[in-house]
Amino acid sequence: MIAYIIQRVFQAIGVMIAVAFTAFIIFNFVGDPVDNMVGMETSVKDREALKKNLGLDDPFVVQFARFMKNAAHGEFGISYQLQRPIAELIAERMPATLELVAVSAFLSLLIGLSLGVYTGIRRKSWLSNFILVGSLAGVSLPTFVTGILLIYIFAVSLGVLPSFGRGTVVQLGWWSTGFLTVAGWKAMILPSITLSLYQMTIILRIVRSEMLEVMRTDYIKFARARGLTDRAINFGHALKNTLVPVITIAGLNIGSLIAFSCITETVFQWPGMGSLFIQAVGFADIPVMATYLMMVGLIFVILNLVVDLFYSVVDPRLRVGRSVMAGN
Amino acid sequence: MPLLEVENLRIEFPTRRGILVAVDDISFGIDEGEVLGVVGESGAGKSLTGAAIIGLLEPPGRVAAGVIRLGGRRIDDLPYEEMRRIRGKEIGTIFQDPLTSLNPLYTIGQQLVETVTTHMDLTAAQARQHAIDLIGEVGIPTPARCMDCYPHEFSGGMRQRIVIALALCANPRLIIADEPTTALDVSIQAQIIALLKRLCREHGTSVMLITHDMGVIAETADRVAVMYVGRIAEIGPIRDVIKNAKHPYTVGLMGAIPLVGCDADRLTQIDGSMPRLTEIPEGCGFNPRCGHVMPRCREERPDLMATNGASLAACWLYEK
Amino acid sequence: MTSISSDQRERAGLRASIYRLLDGDIFYSFSHSPLVVIAAAITLAYFLAAVFAPFIAPQNPFDPGALNLMDALTPPAWTADGNTRFLLGTDNQGRDILSTIMYGNRISLVVGFCAVIFAATIGVSLGMAAGYFGGWIETIIMRIADIKLAIPGILIALMVDGVARSALPLEMREDLAIYVLIFAIGFSEWPRYARVTRGATMVERSKDYVAAARVIGISPVPILVRHILPNVMGPVLVLGTIGLALAIIMEATLSFLGVGVPPTTPSLGTLIRIGNNFLFSGEWWITMFPAAALVILVLAVNLLGDWLRDALNPKLR
Repeated sequence: MIAYIIQRVFQAIGVMIAVAFTAFIIFNFVGDPVDNMVGMETSVKDREALKKNLGLDDPFVVQFARFMKNAAHGEFGISYQLQRPIAELIAERMPATLELVAVSAFLSLLIGLSLGVYTGIRRKSWLSNFILVGSLAGVSLPTFVTGILLIYIFAVSLGVLPSFGRGTVVQLGWWSTGFLTVAGWKAMILPSITLSLYQMTIILRIVRSEMLEVMRTDYIKFARARGLTDRAINFGHALKNTLVPVITIAGLNIGSLIAFSCITETVFQWPGMGSLFIQAVGFADIPVMATYLMMVGLIFVILNLVVDLFYSVVDPRLRVGRSVMAGN
Repeated sequence: MPLLEVENLRIEFPTRRGILVAVDDISFGIDEGEVLGVVGESGAGKSLTGAAIIGLLEPPGRVAAGVIRLGGRRIDDLPYEEMRRIRGKEIGTIFQDPLTSLNPLYTIGQQLVETVTTHMDLTAAQARQHAIDLIGEVGIPTPARCMDCYPHEFSGGMRQRIVIALALCANPRLIIADEPTTALDVSIQAQIIALLKRLCREHGTSVMLITHDMGVIAETADRVAVMYVGRIAEIGPIRDVIKNAKHPYTVGLMGAIPLVGCDADRLTQIDGSMPRLTEIPEGCGFNPRCGHVMPRCREERPDLMATNGASLAACWLYEK
Repeated sequence: MTSISSDQRERAGLRASIYRLLDGDIFYSFSHSPLVVIAAAITLAYFLAAVFAPFIAPQNPFDPGALNLMDALTPPAWTADGNTRFLLGTDNQGRDILSTIMYGNRISLVVGFCAVIFAATIGVSLGMAAGYFGGWIETIIMRIADIKLAIPGILIALMVDGVARSALPLEMREDLAIYVLIFAIGFSEWPRYARVTRGATMVERSKDYVAAARVIGISPVPILVRHILPNVMGPVLVLGTIGLALAIIMEATLSFLGVGVPPTTPSLGTLIRIGNNFLFSGEWWITMFPAAALVILVLAVNLLGDWLRDALNPKLR
């Protein structure tokens, strides 16, 4: 068991280095950093000096090592567009994104799981069919359309909820939270529904199809033949077996939420990392893009690691180490 | 009075091309403590009959007609909850593949105790002890330690023993064993069959042994029913059916089994193959392949009738 | 029998195949699910509208000469201030919304289709290579595919788009934008196809006839194309249909965010973005109708994909 954990941690570190490497390549070799930082009028001599200053003349490996060292210290360079240290920008915006993602994750998992299980168990009820049709609509609604629709209904027509921003935030150290004010929560409602809707329907459909697969297995058939109650079969056997793939889904879900938060943040002008990234793409702001890549890569790697470790706890088949009982 | 009575059972599958009849008006009985073998080719309807008896026929299949009685009490029209109580407690079931029959995420102890407590009124400790005793009875060493092991930690033969333990744990009066040895190595098959035989003899449990393997039947059954195209072709005591088969299909089956010490150069072979459900012939289902076919065979379907031996056969040859 | 020419035999074979298709289970399930038939009809309608847009659109919205600023901001025809010339209203430049939707739909469908074909081609080729040759080729390809699958497509597409943007000199950016977009979306989707193809290839490869062909010395390419490819087509078709819906959504999202197609050739996503600015001043139709058009298209394609997956699933037959 310990060996498994160590192996996974090493793998994770490996992937992180690969991600950092990709970010580094993008950072330094796409477009000319010097060109991007200075105006057109700077003389060639000054450019050379700047290059030397930035260490762009050094061998590749040295540059990479320096890059890694800086990254480890939280120094990511300066945004081309906004001319501010990227580390500062990230620190400012991270709480906004993380809070949004947390609320949306909770919503999408809670509703997605329960509805998925329900439609898996009660296949024929009209409520199940209704939910299924609704889920198809949910999958066909792009996130930004959902956002616009919600804004139109609740902000423009009814005027009950704000359509942009985080409302009032409270500063706790370097973290700014919207959870402590009514205005903050009000501002959170529309964006979190928007962000969670798409994921919710995906989770629903996957959970349902897993549930249906499980219900068709031989061990469920055998459980029925042994006269176990429906409750024991549905919640004891079927649910537990469905849970194993669902864990992976939950992990991926959070990853997707982070990705899709770019869109939601743009629609609602939510001051998070996602909207920062979108702006960077539009402006070809390479340092911001590379840093975002690394941040997201880090979060993904950690997520994957946690999911894998969780897996081995839940599924006894993965626990290496017990020998097979001999005999026949 | 027989323990299990099946009368005029008919199982249908409605499809868009019409209604397919998978089991067509079969009747048989199983006495207390007896082992009835049900033998036939794949698709003859054996497993469906077993599924119908315990009320687990999968849709769109449905029981279109017939009466099933257990100990004199009718069970084919019971509501779901009452049938559930019968399953496991009065009728136990064993399926073909022991690997997929056991839930991989629960220890065998958990699965045993769960079944025991569903049907029997025991305390947790008593249930656990009962489970340990069962594991020992089916011949698995160190039962107490095994309680906390998972199914994937056992070999195929051991798993089937656990499945047998699960089927027996509430002391049912009847066990329906659907191809219990087909998925196992030949060397293990004999052991499992011997185990099943011994346990059922000791507990006085009747067995409906469904298989396509005539050798297993020969060793284990008291009586045997030969099924063909959803109908019973012949039914009778095991010795009579093997040594003195009456129905031409059974004769063909017996001729196709190689016997140690026999002189024949070639095994007899029945020409053709069992018809598909969509192409069941008129009259007797076997008539296209039968060497003794008469005009009547192509028009009227024969019921089981007495022959000059101890078994009954559904064949016009034996009409008085 | 030899008196029948090979031509006639081929035609008879084709006719027989069509009869078989119409009589088969797949068509049965199709004609008996009214929802799926509607979905197919809708998709076909969109497709035709895209092809024939220049001929059937009431107005060419990109011809400045056809526009009249006096018509700007007209609400839909059925409202009080509406005008029957502009069924769904006009935008701030006097462009007929219905026409812009038809033209925008073109771009959306073109990008979507091309992205899917691009992804499928790469994915199937790599998948077949991985499944057939095994070894380190397989390991490398599948590793990359796994990492890819772990990252949501939209991020990859954004990344590729951003990098391409900065790598290309300014003048070329607009012209190449569509190709970059197709590449970005296709690049993020290929692992799905690779996974499925590899699985199917491995199944076929273990069969005897493939072993026999290899022993004789037939090179892998004909084997792959003639034997393995047909077996893979089913699942790839399902993936492609669902993938089309995803590609359309992705393109619309990227265009909405401003990093998709250039403003000169607006897709449905661009239209929604432009219309969004008018939402608060009450001209809801400028964004709502393109949004509705997008959603209906994606819904129809999703329905088709769902049905196709169930119809082709051997386990459910």
